[in-house]
Amino acid sequence: MSNEKMTIHLKLWRQARGAAKGKFVKYTVENVLPEMSFLEMLDVLNEDLVKKGEEAVEFDNDCREGICGTCGMVISGVAHGVHAGTTTCEVRMRSFSDGETITVEPFRASAFPVIKDLVIDRTALDRIQHKGGYISVNVGSAPDGNALPVSKQAADSAMDAATCIGCGACVAACPNASASLFVSAKISQLASLPQGEPERRRRALRMVRQMDEEGFGSCSNHGECEAACPKEISIEFIARMRREFLIAAFRD
Amino acid sequence: MANTILDAKIPGGPLVDKWDRHMMNNPLVAPGGNRRKLKIIVVGTGLAGGGAAATFGELGYNVLNFCIQDTPRRAHSVAAQGGINASKNYQNDSDSAYRLFYDTIKGGDYRSREANVYRLAQLSAGIIDQCVAMGVPFAREYGGTLANRSFGGVQVSRTFYARGQTGQQLLLGVYSALNRQIDAGTVKVFPRHEMLDIVVIDGRARGIIARELVTGKIVRFDADAVVLATGGYSSVFYLSTNAVNSNATAIWRAHRRGAFFSNPCYTQIHPTAIPQMGEYQSKLTLMSESLRNDGRVWVPAKAGDKRRPRDIPESERDYYLERRYPAFGNLVPRDIAARAAKVECDAGKGVNKTGFAVYLDFSEAIERLGRDVVADRYGNLFQMYEEITGDNPYETPMMIYPAPHYTMGGLWVDYNLQSTIEGLFVAGEANFSDHGANRLGASALMQGLADGYFVIPRVVASYLAGARLKSVTTDHESFKSTENDVREHIKRLLSIKGSRTVRDIHWELGRTMWDKVGMSRHADGLKEAIATIRNLREEFWQNLSLTGSDADLNKQLEQANRLGDFLELGELMARDALMREESCGGHFREEYRTADGEAKRDDENFKFVSAWEYTGENKEPVMHREELIFENVELKTRSYK
Repeated sequence: MSNEKMTIHLKLWRQARGAAKGKFVKYTVENVLPEMSFLEMLDVLNEDLVKKGEEAVEFDNDCREGICGTCGMVISGVAHGVHAGTTTCEVRMRSFSDGETITVEPFRASAFPVIKDLVIDRTALDRIQHKGGYISVNVGSAPDGNALPVSKQAADSAMDAATCIGCGACVAACPNASASLFVSAKISQLASLPQGEPERRRRALRMVRQMDEEGFGSCSNHGECEAACPKEISIEFIARMRREFLIAAFRD
Repeated sequence: MANTILDAKIPGGPLVDKWDRHMMNNPLVAPGGNRRKLKIIVVGTGLAGGGAAATFGELGYNVLNFCIQDTPRRAHSVAAQGGINASKNYQNDSDSAYRLFYDTIKGGDYRSREANVYRLAQLSAGIIDQCVAMGVPFAREYGGTLANRSFGGVQVSRTFYARGQTGQQLLLGVYSALNRQIDAGTVKVFPRHEMLDIVVIDGRARGIIARELVTGKIVRFDADAVVLATGGYSSVFYLSTNAVNSNATAIWRAHRRGAFFSNPCYTQIHPTAIPQMGEYQSKLTLMSESLRNDGRVWVPAKAGDKRRPRDIPESERDYYLERRYPAFGNLVPRDIAARAAKVECDAGKGVNKTGFAVYLDFSEAIERLGRDVVADRYGNLFQMYEEITGDNPYETPMMIYPAPHYTMGGLWVDYNLQSTIEGLFVAGEANFSDHGANRLGASALMQGLADGYFVIPRVVASYLAGARLKSVTTDHESFKSTENDVREHIKRLLSIKGSRTVRDIHWELGRTMWDKVGMSRHADGLKEAIATIRNLREEFWQNLSLTGSDADLNKQLEQANRLGDFLELGELMARDALMREESCGGHFREEYRTADGEAKRDDENFKFVSAWEYTGENKEPVMHREELIFENVELKTRSYK
């Protein structure tokens, strides 16, 4: 740990609620410590702003340990910042240098309207999940947990997909603003498990169609989503989703 | 109001039959139209709230489910790492519902209700079945069966897990069940809505007042029953492992309307968090308790030894948990491990710049199991640790220190999880009921889902079937006056225009709570804390600085509103701790300890649940009590030696 204090310059997106447009505003944050998190640096900025009687910058955040998926900003052009496998709240100031200027913007996609400043509306992702991101089993009707063996390989693959935190970085990183990585993660998780089998086709069809309806773009294999994903979810799941969808559409 | 003895309405009969008999004797609501006409509000979308809302939906009720997050999938249950207990006995190590019950009662230091804990243990196995059926990807063995690991405070392997993200996976299971009900039209979810009050009509909870966090609009919602599942209040310490938006406002506002608050001083300080590094910090990050399965905790044997850990030879290290508690070693329960770390640091043996940290060392495990096995078990935790501290735990021991993590106290509920306000039910961490004075690891997720999937749907149905409620609308006078109270409160906050920020005051409250109402408490300190908090509350209402408007997304305002409640709750915690002249579980009073420094319980005088009644702003609360009756378990001195 170092005690060197840094000065950080920010070009930060400010947008009033309901406004069609926002703009970059320049701020300088003094006394930034290398071990601070990126959000703690923004806390310092907000403390300064409130003390001056100015409105604090709004940004969504909650667990501050990379699991809830609430936070998300484009930091100098990269969703969640350049460091692989991290969320915005896990970014530490030691990855910047004294005097550096950092651009901070919201995740941008037409399906993610800006609510205010860096806060966006990601409910489109929920609406996709409503269309089949589940297994229909009422409480009370489940057989014993060990009644149906699931190979370790299948369970691990399901878990790899299930680690998605729903932050939307994949959408923000994609040149087409596609939500394919997000949708494929849920479809693949449930398709990997025998419990997901009965609704497999219906799920793939409905979720993919809802994704299109919400105005997300289509996937053209850029791979930016995988690079931006804080949970490093593999783009191979998108290939799996395509297979699931094609088979389902063919039989539909 | 006089001090009364509360009736927990525990059903009669033998412990193991109580729940089944109770369900058999309770009235039911017939499926179909009767259920559709009944409206149930559930506040919170974590394991307890989301689980209850989805299950009500499956049963055919009309459900409104609220959360402050932008989507139900982010409730703080998501952050639980280690696992969920269930007495499946899949490992053939003599586990049973009764053993899980016994471990939980003992782990809670004999300050929980036998009947509730037994029901929890009884329901645990069904939780695993349900989660597996809904696609939760639990860890598995090569043969395809479910894997288990052991957790602190017990001698069997009954913890089910999904890597280090069990809470996330269980919550996503709940979220998927909710999504299915949203798709079916039975549940409506209101994200970015914060409950700011409950509406009581003729003594019964009949609705809530909420604020739409995006627009600031104040909205009324009526219902036939209200369920609060809004989590715990560790954020009163400012620095805790809780999410920064976790708060006590829903339960505190219900308390102000007549729901008694139980055992507020029972807080869990988790032994293995990443130590605090500076004043700028906004939260503390937990390192799962599961790490203690393979990590060994130590400090330098000599106070003030500043050598690097690798330069300290074995003979000059003190593996103090293994030394003091040979039977359980590094796997002692959380309260004991946390306090032991404090003892070493207070004796000058702490490490890190601050002197407030101990080592958690994996070198022996890496040698024994190989790096790959250790990486498979804890890889994501090691990675998280390295992100935050810049140190690599494969090469140098982790540094850890206790941090506020979970609150066992909460709103008082009877066996039916009903509060002292009829029609107001409380589930999960928000109630006080199952963990006594200390919660065992991997039991929070178990309680959340037991309450959400199994208990709440049944007890609320019985209430609705028996209550014969009059119909009300949001035009009722009580809705108007409660809404007005909420508006006035917000107006008052924005009109202060002082000079201290929300964070600044919250930080000061947190310091007082940690120093005087934290891991170790003393009557003198508690009295000081009460005075300090009262002053700070006055300071808050006279000198708070807030910007922005109430008709807009304004997180400063949200936090100020929550801080106002923490400033009242903090005082009640100190009062409760002062009243409880014994040491039990997470509540350690320096005046009450044994010759070798262990907690000294006083069953003769304190074998009860405190239940505080709110009597008005800046007025002394009144304490009522529920006597704890142990018919099945013999009260013993809790020993892990």
